[in-house]
Amino acid sequence: MYEGVVQDLIDELGRLPGVGPKSAQRIAFHILQADPVDVRRLAEVLIVVKDKVKFCSVCGNVAEDELCRICRDQRRDPAVICVVEESKDVVAIERTREFRGRYHVLGGAISPIEGVGPDDLRIRELMTRLADGVVTEVILATDPNLEGEATATYLTRLLRPMGLRVTRLASGLPVGGDLEYADEVTLGRAFEGRRSVDD
Amino acid sequence: MHVTHLSLHDFRSYADTEVALGPGVTSFIGRNGQGKTNVVEAIDYIARLSSHRVSSDAPLVRFGAEQAVVRAAVVRDERTALLEIEINPGRSNRARINKSPLPKSREMLGMVRTVLFSPEDLALVKGDPSERRRFLDDLLVLRAPRYAGVRSDYDRVLRQRNSLLKTAGAARRSGSGGSRAEAALSTLGVWDTHLARTGAELLAARLALVEELKPLVGKAYEAVARGATRSDATMAYRPSFELPEPTEGPLPDRAVLAEALMAEVERRRSDELDRGVSLVGPHRDELHLMLGPLPVKGYASHGESWSFALALRLASYDLLRAGGDDPILILDDVFAELDTERRERLAEMVADAEQVLVTAAVPADVPAALAGARVLVADGQVTRAD
Repeated sequence: MYEGVVQDLIDELGRLPGVGPKSAQRIAFHILQADPVDVRRLAEVLIVVKDKVKFCSVCGNVAEDELCRICRDQRRDPAVICVVEESKDVVAIERTREFRGRYHVLGGAISPIEGVGPDDLRIRELMTRLADGVVTEVILATDPNLEGEATATYLTRLLRPMGLRVTRLASGLPVGGDLEYADEVTLGRAFEGRRSVDD
Repeated sequence: MHVTHLSLHDFRSYADTEVALGPGVTSFIGRNGQGKTNVVEAIDYIARLSSHRVSSDAPLVRFGAEQAVVRAAVVRDERTALLEIEINPGRSNRARINKSPLPKSREMLGMVRTVLFSPEDLALVKGDPSERRRFLDDLLVLRAPRYAGVRSDYDRVLRQRNSLLKTAGAARRSGSGGSRAEAALSTLGVWDTHLARTGAELLAARLALVEELKPLVGKAYEAVARGATRSDATMAYRPSFELPEPTEGPLPDRAVLAEALMAEVERRRSDELDRGVSLVGPHRDELHLMLGPLPVKGYASHGESWSFALALRLASYDLLRAGGDDPILILDDVFAELDTERRERLAEMVADAEQVLVTAAVPADVPAALAGARVLVADGQVTRAD
C-alpha cells in the first residue's frame, strides 16, 4: 500500500479493463515521473471526451454531433444495415473498406448472467429504423461467441417475418493462415459452412 | 507414447525437480506424504489440463509461489515433443509446444493421452451421477479434443439459460409480470435452440461412446474379478428424456436428438420456470452400472465396486489403445486397495503397455509382473534406485 493519493491513482487505474494491480502501479509511477504538461493534456482529454462525445441518435455509434460521420455521409447505401455489438466493431469493419452501407450498434449482446436482455440493447431503435421500408438487407455481425450467436438468433427471429434479407457473417478459417494451426472449433465451423465452388 | 523427461517448477511440493523416465514400468516408492502422486499428477495434468484430485488449479501451485510450470518431453510416433504448461490460478494458463506458444492452452489437449487409476475411482461407481458423466466426457475429449469445446459451450449455455429461468420464474411468481419478465421469456426460445443444438451433439457422442465401451467393460470385469463372466458387468445410458427411435442405424442421429430435446424442453417449460433450472439435457443424464440384474450402486460389495471401477478404466485404456498411440498408464496407489489375486490380474493386463507409472508406499504391494525401474521419493527429492 502506498500513501494517500498515489494509492488512489493506482486503485482508479486498476478499475480499467485489462489493467491488473501490477500494471496499474507501473502506469501510476510513469505518470508521477512524466512531464506535467503531458499529464495535464491526458487529464483534459479525459474530461473533454466525457463531455463532448455523444452517441449517434440513429445508429448508436460514438459521435461528436447528433449524427455520426457515417450516418451523415449521403454516399452510404441506406438499404443495407450491418448490426454490430460495439462501436469498435464499426471501426474494424470500416478498415476493410468493403462495406458501403450503414451500421447499427447494439451496445452489447444478450447475456442473462450479466443481466443483459433485449431491452437493454438498442433493438427497439433498430426496429424503428426498419419501419419505413428503405432497408432491404440486414447483416448480423455480432461476435462469433455464444452470446453473439444467441443475439443473432434472436434478431433473425424478429427480422425474418418482416420480409427482409437477413444474413450472418461467415465464420471459418483466417485468411493467410495454415489449416494445421486452426483450432478444432474453427475448423469444424468452417466444415459446416463450406460452399460449392462456382466458376 | 511415453514421457522421457519431466521437470516440475513450483508444482505441488516440488520447488525444482527433474525426473528422467523411460518406456516400460517405473514405480515411485516412498512413504505417505512424500510427493509420489504429485509426480504422476503432473503428467496427467499435461494430458487433461485438469487434476484428478482437485477441481481448481490453486492447490497445484507450491504454497507461496505465483505460478507452477510443468515440462514434459514426450515421445509419440517416434518423435520427441517438448510440452510445457504454465499454471496460473485465477488467470488463463499458457501452453507451449517445442517452445512455441499456443494461442489457447486447450489446444494442447490430445498431445498426451493418459489413463489414470486412483483410489478416487471408487467414486465412479459409488458417487453421484456427475462422476460418471465426467468419466464419459473426459474420455470423449481424450479421443477427440474437439469435444472440450462442445462441453464448455454446453456448460455456458446452461449457465446463461439457468440465470434467465431464475429471473423469468421469479417475475412470474411475484405476479408482477412486466416488461422484464416478458423480455426474459422472449429470449428463452433462443437459449432453447442453443441448448438443443449443443446438447444433442454431446448426447450423440456419449451414446456412441457407451455402445463402444459396453463390450470392453464386460471383458475387463471378467478379467479382474474372480469367477465372473463377460456378461456380468453391463451398463446403460439413461437420458433425462425419452430418446426418439433411430431413423437408421442403432442410434438416433444429432438432428433427431436436437428435435426431441427441443420438444421436451418446451413440454417442461412451466416446471423449469417454477424451479429456475434447466431440467432436460445431458447434464441430467445418468450412466447406470449393473452387475447381473442389480445396480452396482447400493447393492455391490466394496470389492465388487472396486473391480467395476477398475473395469471402467481398463475399458477406457483398451478403447484409446485401439484408436492409435498407446496412452500412458498411471496406477496411483491402487495396489494397496486390492487383494493379491486382483493385483496379479491387473498387473498381467497392463504389463505390456508402452509406459506404466506406478506409485506405492510399500514396495511389496507392487506385483512382480510390474518389476521395472524404481524411483525413490522422500522429502520432495526424487532419486533413481538403480
